[in-house]
Formats: sequence, C-alpha cells, structure tokens
Amino acid sequence: MAPINWHTFYFLLFALTAGVFAVAVAVTSNVVRMAFYLVLCLSATAGLFFLAGADFVGAMQIMIYVGGTLVLLIFGVMLTAQGPFISMKTRSGEWVLGLLAGGSLLAILISAAVGVRAWRPVELEEHSPQARVTASRLGMGLLGARVDQLDQSDKTLRAGMSGYLFPFEIISVHLLVVLIGAAYLARPKKRMRPGEETQA
Amino acid sequence: MAEFFDQYLWTWLAYLLAALVHATLLINVVAVGALIFIWMERKVAGRIQDRLGPTRVGGKFGWLQTLADGIKLIAKEDLMPAGADPLLFRAAPYISFCASFCAYLALPFAFGWWALSVNTAVFFIVAVIGLEVFGVILGGYASGSKWSLFGAMREAAQVVSYEVPLGLCVVVPVLIAGTMDLVTIGEMQSGWFTNWYVLHDPFTFITFWVYFTCAVASVNRAPFDLAEAESELVAGFLTEYSGLRWSYFFMAEYSSMFVVSGLASILFCGGWNGPIPLTHMLGIADSSNPVVHYLANLLGCLNLLGKAVFGVTFMMWVRWTLPRLRIDQVMTTCLKYCTPIAAVMFVGATGWKYLQLPSLNGLVPRRPMGEVREYWLASDQGGSMKSAPAIPPATVRRRPVHMEVR
Repeated sequence: MAPINWHTFYFLLFALTAGVFAVAVAVTSNVVRMAFYLVLCLSATAGLFFLAGADFVGAMQIMIYVGGTLVLLIFGVMLTAQGPFISMKTRSGEWVLGLLAGGSLLAILISAAVGVRAWRPVELEEHSPQARVTASRLGMGLLGARVDQLDQSDKTLRAGMSGYLFPFEIISVHLLVVLIGAAYLARPKKRMRPGEETQA
Repeated sequence: MAEFFDQYLWTWLAYLLAALVHATLLINVVAVGALIFIWMERKVAGRIQDRLGPTRVGGKFGWLQTLADGIKLIAKEDLMPAGADPLLFRAAPYISFCASFCAYLALPFAFGWWALSVNTAVFFIVAVIGLEVFGVILGGYASGSKWSLFGAMREAAQVVSYEVPLGLCVVVPVLIAGTMDLVTIGEMQSGWFTNWYVLHDPFTFITFWVYFTCAVASVNRAPFDLAEAESELVAGFLTEYSGLRWSYFFMAEYSSMFVVSGLASILFCGGWNGPIPLTHMLGIADSSNPVVHYLANLLGCLNLLGKAVFGVTFMMWVRWTLPRLRIDQVMTTCLKYCTPIAAVMFVGATGWKYLQLPSLNGLVPRRPMGEVREYWLASDQGGSMKSAPAIPPATVRRRPVHMEVR
C-alpha cells in the first residue's frame, strides 16, 4: 500500500482551517460572526492538539474557549446589543497598533521556527499501534508526582521535578483574585440612600 | 478496511470509502435513533396523557409516522426571514448537529466497539456536548426575531449554569474509578449489578439523580425547555426555522439525549455489563473465537443501548408528566439545589472512597482487579511511545489499575 502521510494531510487541513478563519475573525466587522469564525478557528486548533496526541489539551481547548468563553461572549453581545446586528468599526490607528503587536509576535514565532536546527520528520511506522498518549502522567504531575521523572538518578534534579501542583495552585488563587476584583469593579459605585430615587 | 479496499482501488479512494463506512455507521445511530425516538415520544406521550398517539398512518402501531414526517420535512419550503443573518442562520443547525454527533466518536458501545478510544473520553464528551448550545444561540440570534433572541438568551444562561453541577457529578465516578477513560470505567463495573457505581455508596446514588436532572436540563428537554417554550415564546429559537434545518436541530436534541443517557449508563450503571454477568458466567466474554467474541460484544452493546434507551424513555416520561418551569425556577434549581447537592455529594463520595467505607460494590465479590481489561497501559509502561509493541486491544491482560507511585 502506498503510504499516504495522513498526519501531514490532517495537519495541513486543520492548520489551514485555523489560519483562514483566524484571518476571517480579523477581517469581519460583525461581532457574532467573528465569534462564529473564532469557534471554527479554535476547534481546528483543538483538532491540531488531538492530532498531536494531546487529547486532554484538545478537549480542554474546546471546553474552556469554545464552550465557555465564546458562549459568554455571545451572551454578552446579546445582552448589550442596541440594534439587531452589531458591527464594529475599526479605526486605522487600531489597525496600526494591532498590526504592530501581531507582527512582532509573528516575527518572534517565525524566528523561533526558523531557528530550529532540523525538524524531525514524521516517522511512519508499518502497522504501528494507534499512538496511545494518556493524560495520566499529566494528571499525576498536576497532583504533585512526576511519574515520568521517577527514574531521575540525580537527587538535586529530582527535587525540582515534584510536579505542577504549586503553579496550579498559584493560577487558581490568581483566578480567584481576578473574580473578586471583577466583582469589586462591577459593584454599584454609590450607596443609595433610602429616600433617594433611582435614576433610570 | 482501508487495506481491503486498497487492493482494488486507488489509495485515497480506499481511505475515503473506509472512512465513509465508519461515518455512515455512526450517523445511522443518530438518524435511525432519532427516527425511533420521535415515534416513541408520540407513543409514550399518548400513553401518559391518555391519548392514542399515531395509529392509522401506516404500519403496525403507526411506525410509518416518522417516515411521513421525514418526507414532509424534506419537501417543506425552506424559509429564511428577511432580517436574518444568512450565514449564521444557515450554519447554526449544522453546528448543533455536528457537536452532538462528535460526542459519539468517543462513546464506547461495548468493549472494543468504539470509534475513537480517547483517553479522556469523559472530558471530551462533556466538552463537545457543551458545544451544542452554540448552534442554538447562534440560530436564535441570527434569526433576527425577538422570540428567537429570548429563547437563545434563556438557553445560554441555562446551559452555562447547568454545566457546573453536571461537571461536578461526572467527576464522582471518575474519582472512584481513577481514570477518565470510559472503557476502563465501564470495565471496572463488570460483574453483578451491585458493582455499578450508582450503588457504590449513598452519595453516588444521589449523584446519579442529580446528574440526570442536569443532563435533562443541558439537553434542553422539558421541564427545562425554556428555550423553546411554545406557550410564551412561540417556539423560542426554533421560531424561524422550518423544514430540514429545523429537523437538524431536532436530530441534535435526540442524539444528545441518547449521548447523555449513554454516558450515565457507562458512568453509573455498568455500561455494557448487564445486571447479571452472563457473558462472564458462560466464559464467552474473552473468547478467542471471533464469532463468539462478537456475540458477547453484541450482547454488551445491546445492554448499553437498552440502558440508554431506558434513559431516553425516562426523559420522555418526565417531559409528559411535569409542567415546564419558569426561568427563575430553572435558575434556582441549578444554583440553589443542584450545585450545592452535587458539591456535597462530591465531598461525600471522596470521603467514602478515602476512608474505604464498606460499599455495596463489595456485596458480591467482583472479579479481582487485575482482571479488569485495560488496554492503554500497554503503551504506557514502556516510556517511549514509538517503541510500544503492537498489541491488539482486546487480548491484553492487565495488572492492577491503580498506578503505583514509588
């Protein structure tokens, strides 16, 4: 059987989808359509994660960004919309700023990609078992045990590989702080006195 | 299968055909399932509300009714309101349908019968089902009608809130099993029905019911079908839809009903393991004879389908019995009852497992843990994935599930 490199095929497919719809997000001016394109773009990115065997990260991408953030975004748009369909006007100054920020990021990424000495080609294996990557190690790592580093002979190195529990907790606390901060910012600015009328 | 076609055809066509066969198999679960469920819904509603349901349309018990419906829906004029956003209006039904169809990719139907063995299948399914709401919201928004918009907003609020208790409930069996792999979770409940996680301890028993409540709400069924409350909102987000697009929404609804029921049966009710371990008693579960093995798997598949269909029937029963809730009552149910109960049950089940309190699961001694068929450890032991030996999944015998951390 003539081998078709399906990995490359699907990589190109997903990457192209993600790229095209990312451009569409930037070009369109209708917010809800933007969200729709963003859904396709992020789902394609999740597909890339699945392709790389990172099921957990892919599902996480779908759950958090597509299922959570974007639904909230559209919900927000629906709550605050004045007219039937909102369109955003982008001023030329914003274009310049956006291009500057995006361009510099792109430059960094390209320089990093070009800087790699040699890309390892995808190894096609005859009758290879489906690549089984499990999230168990990642989960154990988040709990504080790096099962992949148990064989580390160097004592000092092993101490530094105690897992990701600490950064995980820091991020959690950070999120909590953000939530409290958001609630604080959104509180009514002035206490209403009992006799005072609300200004509609 | 691709290899088989490849002997006769071009390689790309062979792959395409093989993929098509698999996709068609799965899509038929959705499509035929919806066909049967719609007929069943009518009959169940007829019995519960003391009316006849379809009788005279054709066939025995009026089973041709759904077929007639299908023809009508295909032939119906496809309308789009002038004020609608054409792109989103057209795309929304497909988003809903694709999302609920994707969940089938990770749903195992029996041991060895799955489309994709995702290691984090539970998480994947919950994530993908959550996407279905996106089609509903977009459809409601793009219709350019106030009824649709109201329906979509209710749906968004409802689903976003109900994801919280749903996720908390799903975590409980995952915690007991120690894995997010649906196949392993199902296999760990093999044996008599006392091994099912719903009977693990009182907390899991309540968790099951909370899960089911939240599942009904998250697939947008009555009494939580606020998004298409026809008594207040004409038809909610479906107001402007007709014909085939409307039926896509309905297929999505029925297929996600089936998915959440199937997920419930795997997580809590043993999945493809029947109440009585017939295949294990007869010793045909792991038979090397392919025909016998196939039959054993078929029995398991029927078990799972039966449980899932029972779940769907239960949802119908609820739908035709209970009146629709008000939107504030829906929110109260979620935030003031389901979420706290789920959280308490989560802590309780954790404590039960941690303290190793006696559980009903130990009533009938289950098969020794080492017998649990685990297919993924094979490649996990070696360290390097590339060098993993090619072991066919169904033939591997495993060591104990719980990973030892030295």
